Amino acid sequence: MKIHEHQGKEVLRRFDVAVPRGGVAFSVDEAVKVALSLGTWPVVVKAQIHAGGRGKGGGIKLANSEAEVRELAGKMLGMNLVTHQTGPQGKMVQRLLVEERMAIARELYAGIVLDRATFRNTFMVSTEGGVEIEKVAAETPEKIVKAAIDPVAGFQPFQARKLAFALGLSGDAFKAGVKFLTGLYRAYEAVDASLAEINPLVVTKDGKVVALDAKINFDDNALFRHPDLGEMRDLSEEEPAEVEASKYDLNYVKLNGNVGCMVNGAGLAMATMDIIKLHGGEPANFLDVGGGASAETVENGFRIVLQDPNVRAILINIFGGIVRCDRVASGVIEAISKVKSNLPVVVRLEGTNADVAAKMLEESPLKFIVAHDLADAAKKAVAAVGARK
Amino acid sequence: MSILVNSETRLLVQGITGGEGTFHTEQMIEYGTKVVAGVTPGKGGTKWQDKVPVFNTVEQAVRETGANTTVIFVPPAFAADAILEAIDAGIAVIVTVTEGIPVKDTIVVKEALNRSGSRMVGGNCPGVITPGQAKVGIMPGFIHQPGRCGVISRSGTLTYEAVKQLSDRGIGQSTCIGIGGDAINGSTFVDILKLFNADPDTDSVVLIGEIGGTAEEASADYIKANFAKPVVAFIAGRTAPPGRRMGHAGAIIAGGKGTAAEKIAALKTAGIHVADSPADIGATLEQVLKKGK
Repeated sequence: MKIHEHQGKEVLRRFDVAVPRGGVAFSVDEAVKVALSLGTWPVVVKAQIHAGGRGKGGGIKLANSEAEVRELAGKMLGMNLVTHQTGPQGKMVQRLLVEERMAIARELYAGIVLDRATFRNTFMVSTEGGVEIEKVAAETPEKIVKAAIDPVAGFQPFQARKLAFALGLSGDAFKAGVKFLTGLYRAYEAVDASLAEINPLVVTKDGKVVALDAKINFDDNALFRHPDLGEMRDLSEEEPAEVEASKYDLNYVKLNGNVGCMVNGAGLAMATMDIIKLHGGEPANFLDVGGGASAETVENGFRIVLQDPNVRAILINIFGGIVRCDRVASGVIEAISKVKSNLPVVVRLEGTNADVAAKMLEESPLKFIVAHDLADAAKKAVAAVGARK
Repeated sequence: MSILVNSETRLLVQGITGGEGTFHTEQMIEYGTKVVAGVTPGKGGTKWQDKVPVFNTVEQAVRETGANTTVIFVPPAFAADAILEAIDAGIAVIVTVTEGIPVKDTIVVKEALNRSGSRMVGGNCPGVITPGQAKVGIMPGFIHQPGRCGVISRSGTLTYEAVKQLSDRGIGQSTCIGIGGDAINGSTFVDILKLFNADPDTDSVVLIGEIGGTAEEASADYIKANFAKPVVAFIAGRTAPPGRRMGHAGAIIAGGKGTAAEKIAALKTAGIHVADSPADIGATLEQVLKKGK
């Protein structure tokens, strides 16, 4: 789960990690109120969306007075912010972070992420702050210094010192850096984060070490342990169909093609998208309805796929396995007779009683296009789209 | 032979009294798996369906029934605890079906496994089957046939798809293993490849990978250096967009890394046959085996 920058900073504050003073605002008046409460000028007004590159897109501005805060907040709230991460359609700004401006001496990078190859969390720092770390990793990997965290011993003081030295910190900034990195790891562990990225991590002219930005993602599988963090989810940042799918415990990811797919199992769902493409079509979505594929999940899945106006045909691919195919078929017939749609539906069911299921589908008044294997299903779905153009 | 499970497997089911545990225990027994015990804390001393003795602790179950393998159907919040209990009791093979275990818990489990004599497959996996001998997990038994091809996969239903293609062509399987769809797996592809390498009853391997992580690249390196048996691979997720999790917790292209294209290139460089279409996995292996003769 992703959260906003202002929420990330709230989380860090709880763990005594230095962040600029500031607060969130959902309206112009609130923005002014936060700015005045800071008692200093200028202040920074930052658009809060779940995407990076906000500065270049015009989503981060300085304000020198109450009037400027009012003007900037008025412009930013409701604006469509386009960055390299939002895609051309952009994202609507619905909240702002107003905070004190830091006098920056240096911009650094600090991040913690799971290293899947070593099965350990890895702390990474770099003196190259303010640019994308992937770019640093690709071009100047020697400028990234890492520390792998032992799952039993945890993050050690020597590691914090090593990283702080690698960042070129000294004197008070070194002490502040060690405290910052230690606190950041404590926060990462405590909230079951899957990513904590501070870019830039800044050293101020008076030697403070502060998180100028904060990107914190949570492990979805651990949210049951953190109901307070779950409340930070901002549904308006997510694709509406994906939000609805998550309510039914379905995994849906919207794509740009026109062949809607509904599949049981994530691997088979990806493979189904791939084979549609291989036969000249474009998948409209990823949708995993889970292993069982009951009438209810099929119905919910079908409704979600149909929300996408680009869909021209639907491919249902269910490998029945332990679930009998005739049961799945009656579920599909029941579900689809409830949802009114004129789109061609290609169905491929495999497993026990697949032949009985195929007959049921063929004899149903709903005019299913029955496919007999995976390749046949992809070909028929792509052909069905072609026939409707 | 075969790997991990066979007719000597004496299976314990952790979470046997739950809905999923009960359903799949019935299926495993029907397949011929020797289910010797169940564990549900607080229900010790009872019998599951008047057939299988239930114990309060894994230690007790092992002591009284000689269980050497366990399958875990415990909900995600308690799964790590159940796995650690199985490791503590010295169970040799742990199959974790549970989906949704937090990564923080899995990191600890992985470390405990490394220090133990236990081996784990999963979590978030369909399990392990040695056709005709033992089924430990949730896969449909009937699609499998005894034979000499090993199957390893990060997926569930896509594995069934591949296995059916093999069986339809008369290519039986020595053992089929779903290593799981999470970011950290108890056993990696390479761990399982090592077992297949040493197994005289496995002549070829089908490897089914997907986007995310670098396990396929590591397999390619291992196969190139150490593995002489023919391998056919398929990688799911060529059309998956970056930065999005595709159902499995581990199926995500992060920071531009973990794409299908990179994995396919690494496998091909190692001389592995990669099927372009998921519908051609069986046919590709069939061709490779024919050429070998």
